[in-house]
Amino acid sequence: MSEQSKTILDIRNLDISFKTNAGIVHAIRGVNLDLCKGETVAIVGESGSGKSVTMKAAMGLLDSNAIINSGEILFTYTDENGAEQTVDLLKMSKKQLRQNFNGQRIAMVFQDPMTSLDPTMTIGKQIMEGMFLHKNMDKKAARERAIELLGLVGIPDAEKRFRNYPHQLSGGMRQRVVIAIALSADPDILICDEPTTALDVTIQARILELIMDIQKKMKLSVIYITHDLGVVAKVADYVDVMYAGKIVEVGNVNEIFYEPKHPYTWGLLSAMPDLDTDDDRLYSIPGSPPNLLHEPKGDAFAARNQFAMAIDEKADPPLFQVSRTHFAATWLLHPDAPKIEMPKELQARLERARKEVEKFK
Amino acid sequence: MSQPLLKVENLQQFFPISRTYTVKAVNGVSFEIYPGETYGLVGESGSGKTTIGRSIIRLYNPTGGKLTFNGRDITGKMDSDTRAMLRKEMQMIFQDPMASLNPRKKVADIIGEGLDIHHRASSRNDRAEQISEMLKKVGLSPEHAARYPHQFSGGQRQRVGIARALIMNPKLIIADECISALDVSIQAQVVNLMKDIQEETGCAYLFIAHDLSMVKYISDRIGVLHRGYMVEAGTKKEIFANPIHPYTKSLLSAIPYPNPEVEKRRQSIVYNYAASGIDYAKGTEHSAGGSHTVLATDEEFAAWTGKQ
Repeated sequence: MSEQSKTILDIRNLDISFKTNAGIVHAIRGVNLDLCKGETVAIVGESGSGKSVTMKAAMGLLDSNAIINSGEILFTYTDENGAEQTVDLLKMSKKQLRQNFNGQRIAMVFQDPMTSLDPTMTIGKQIMEGMFLHKNMDKKAARERAIELLGLVGIPDAEKRFRNYPHQLSGGMRQRVVIAIALSADPDILICDEPTTALDVTIQARILELIMDIQKKMKLSVIYITHDLGVVAKVADYVDVMYAGKIVEVGNVNEIFYEPKHPYTWGLLSAMPDLDTDDDRLYSIPGSPPNLLHEPKGDAFAARNQFAMAIDEKADPPLFQVSRTHFAATWLLHPDAPKIEMPKELQARLERARKEVEKFK
Repeated sequence: MSQPLLKVENLQQFFPISRTYTVKAVNGVSFEIYPGETYGLVGESGSGKTTIGRSIIRLYNPTGGKLTFNGRDITGKMDSDTRAMLRKEMQMIFQDPMASLNPRKKVADIIGEGLDIHHRASSRNDRAEQISEMLKKVGLSPEHAARYPHQFSGGQRQRVGIARALIMNPKLIIADECISALDVSIQAQVVNLMKDIQEETGCAYLFIAHDLSMVKYISDRIGVLHRGYMVEAGTKKEIFANPIHPYTKSLLSAIPYPNPEVEKRRQSIVYNYAASGIDYAKGTEHSAGGSHTVLATDEEFAAWTGKQ
């Protein structure tokens, strides 16, 4: 195996519940996920599908009412002596995680740049904080590195900006600072939790291009958490579609976008407004996601699925293999299932998408 | 063509920050909205699109310009009659459905507030009936009337916001980023609902958003704003098929396509106002055929369209 395809983060059978006043909420119901070195994985799903919780588990940031029922999160890294280590992040104490992994090897960019910065500290200080803690740098070296990072994330006049407070910067600039902070300790993995949801389209494009650029330069592995399929198409190598605490479809980005198999993925793709047609109505997935306080019997998506079969209400579908990298959890892929094609509109749209690709070649 | 429902002429909205510094949030914007149509306003944050919405509904006092709504002048001091008309016929849906609903009021009272203020319900029963009618119209059930906003999901809350705007049976609804805070699949539900309601009641929308793909879906005509100036305006066909202003081009190029092979190769166009040498204050409105207009100086217009 080449250096490129070494697994760096391996989530196995993760299962998490939350204890709430109303009862136990089964938020994550057996999630498997791989991240290889230098690759980008996107986790897509509606709010409440458990995509953020999965990543918070890896960072040890779960709330105190979380119960980890089973699973492991294996993280492979090279330690100071150059030896390769694999550890289970779920077995670590919060203190161990904080001292050795969070920020240092796994860093996170949060959704809202307005609330993830400290308003009372200059941005320079906030960037240097991580370097003092994790790298034991002296002040001068840290300052130089911080200014270099500010330049890297595309902030002009880095020297001057270094002394600015967050409120003196625009939203896009603030998100750049957050990225600079995340990069300050040279992490192996960068987790971006909806990094552009709070930003404008023009700035969104800029920030995504920036992260991709940095990823190439620093050989980072990146995990995106998002509900925007347009973003996914731009950045991801692999896509995990999550629904109600489960991964319902995984594949490389072309498989998910050109040959989706799961009805939920069909719905998500159809709901994207299409710039090429003048349809009167947008397709929308009927209903809303299930409340995991009462765990659904059978397939969690059955109630919203126009292609649901009798078996969907009885048993949860396993992941069926479509190709080497492509899996989908839907009974439609069972050999005994009736042959059901995706909706005509979506077919036409994917056909157009493929034609467009031809034009580009 | 019929009379415009809303006519905005040379609207200016300045905010004095200090004696020497004034923020010119909206700087001479003109457009018209006709009954039953949807006008989309797009632009980045800080471009003044929300300010325009708020000036039109008179949450601000416009610094200059003229607003005509429903055949009456609504600039400056209004007499009580005009004021009551404005408050009834123009409604607003806000961006954040949680922040815009009073958490201590039941949904029935949130929706019914307009009825109470304008004495539009003849009796308690009539009020309850109108409210449950409205809840059904926006896809909620009448039992929801007794609940509080926190008991709803984001999409449902936005439906409550829409119901609150609709109950007055307005002629114009200003939708200020009303779907930006929602998930993709829920966005589609809300946009479809808004389209259905328009078909049924014939109300007009001023749809304010930064998401061009959704704006294209819902709007008949589009105005592109940047730094308080309307840099380009036209029907959605004109704007999408033939964008002229570099800012519009950059906005269009920034829309992510759900097509990975294409998207990975595409770079968005960067538009830098300061470096481009364009001065909006010098530009005048140029027609690019039909209702398509561009803000530019003569030389810029010639350069962008490639004609003399």
